[in-house]
Amino acid sequence: MPTTQSLYGRRLTGYAIATAIVLSVSIALAFFYAPIEVDQGFSQKIFYIHVPLAIVTLGGFVFGGIFGIQYLRSGDSRHDLRSYTAIHQGLIFCIGALITGSIWAKAAWGQWWVWDEPTLVSFLIVFLLYCTYQPLRFSIEDPERQARYAAVFAVVAGVFVPVNFIAVRLASPLIHPRVLDSSGGSLPNDMRIAFYSALLGVTLLFITICKYEMASKHSRAQLAALRRSLSGERDEPVSARTAAPRIAVK
Amino acid sequence: MSTTRPPSTLSAARAVLYKELTLERRAPQTLTAMALFCASTFVIFHFALGRNEVEGAIASGVLWVTLTLAALLGIGRSFVADREEGGLDGFLLAPAPRTALLVAKATTLLIFLLIVGFFASVIFSVLLLGPTPKASQWASLALLILLADLGIALVGTLIAGIAIQTRARDLITSILALPLLIPLLIAVTKASEPLLSVGGGTLAWRWLALLGLYDLIFGLLAYALFDYLVED
Repeated sequence: MPTTQSLYGRRLTGYAIATAIVLSVSIALAFFYAPIEVDQGFSQKIFYIHVPLAIVTLGGFVFGGIFGIQYLRSGDSRHDLRSYTAIHQGLIFCIGALITGSIWAKAAWGQWWVWDEPTLVSFLIVFLLYCTYQPLRFSIEDPERQARYAAVFAVVAGVFVPVNFIAVRLASPLIHPRVLDSSGGSLPNDMRIAFYSALLGVTLLFITICKYEMASKHSRAQLAALRRSLSGERDEPVSARTAAPRIAVK
Repeated sequence: MSTTRPPSTLSAARAVLYKELTLERRAPQTLTAMALFCASTFVIFHFALGRNEVEGAIASGVLWVTLTLAALLGIGRSFVADREEGGLDGFLLAPAPRTALLVAKATTLLIFLLIVGFFASVIFSVLLLGPTPKASQWASLALLILLADLGIALVGTLIAGIAIQTRARDLITSILALPLLIPLLIAVTKASEPLLSVGGGTLAWRWLALLGLYDLIFGLLAYALFDYLVED
């Protein structure tokens, strides 16, 4: 029987330590190394957490869709678990990106919410769509069907994200501070170093939390299987009211 | 020994489409409900906005919010009869390609939406719309309705296919459809705005391009994914 450690626990401690170190360094760089921005002052520091959160959120949703495709192609429930975890954590990071974006909007433009800001509005729409992922899973009892429909959702939503960004951007004037332009960035070097270290830190945080969640879900499934075998039950319950993926433990 | 060839996608889709339209003709439910919903919503908007006439952005918003919410009714009903009466099982037992079901359902929804779109536009122009659009603006509006309805029909059929197997069918349909339709609504409301303004205006091609892109992407997605929704 594959253990949680062998499936999801490999290098977990290493990831956790690396995350703690890189995040600590990036916070120190953001506050003590990167200069104060001339126009926005100290409030611009939120950029070092807001933008990485937003980028990692989108990455999580994209990977959720990719794992969804892999599940549809293979039927392997591990891909369903990966897709679920990426979207679940992506949604939590999305809330972080929305809140920090709102704080930045208040500091930069004096309002908590700015409809003229296409990136923030796009994030809100994407957030609303991904909020339906858990209710959708919860409303399907059969685990195999739940995984299949969730994978279809993950693919549709993954494709929806860029379409939505194009639509909202076409409809709004650009007022968001452009810190990275298409030619590779308009940041000065010291700000860029702080930004990329924050991006690395948040990415590592995302990966570590995802690995922890998968390990936790797998060990919980193993525990349930052990309890069943101790109480003499042979089969898994056919259906259960839960949004979490069913993990097959042999 | 005689062998029977399985029907092609087109002939199977035609048969299902005929069944859908016959059902609606014999026992009109969805179309009448959608049309009545539109008329009632216009009356509500009259009182909620406190205006006898609307134009421009507000007119565009009122028209498309009404049509979108009416579309939700149609999407919600799309697979109900098949699910309750065993039509879905019958279709899955038949040696017909599953894409035929997508084509038939999306076409049925598109036909319903076009009929309701025509009806709602006429009622809207009588009840609420301030300016009188010229013939060219009506033609542009018709093109917009066609493109937007095509997108709604494709996304709606995909969502209806997902929602029909869930416990909370109506809830799932609404909460899934509305965010997914936002890009389409952005394009169609922005494109309709000049057509419904005093003095009139022309159609901006970028919104048409966005609607076309939306239809294409979600059409391909629906084609690629629909089979997974009707596996059992």
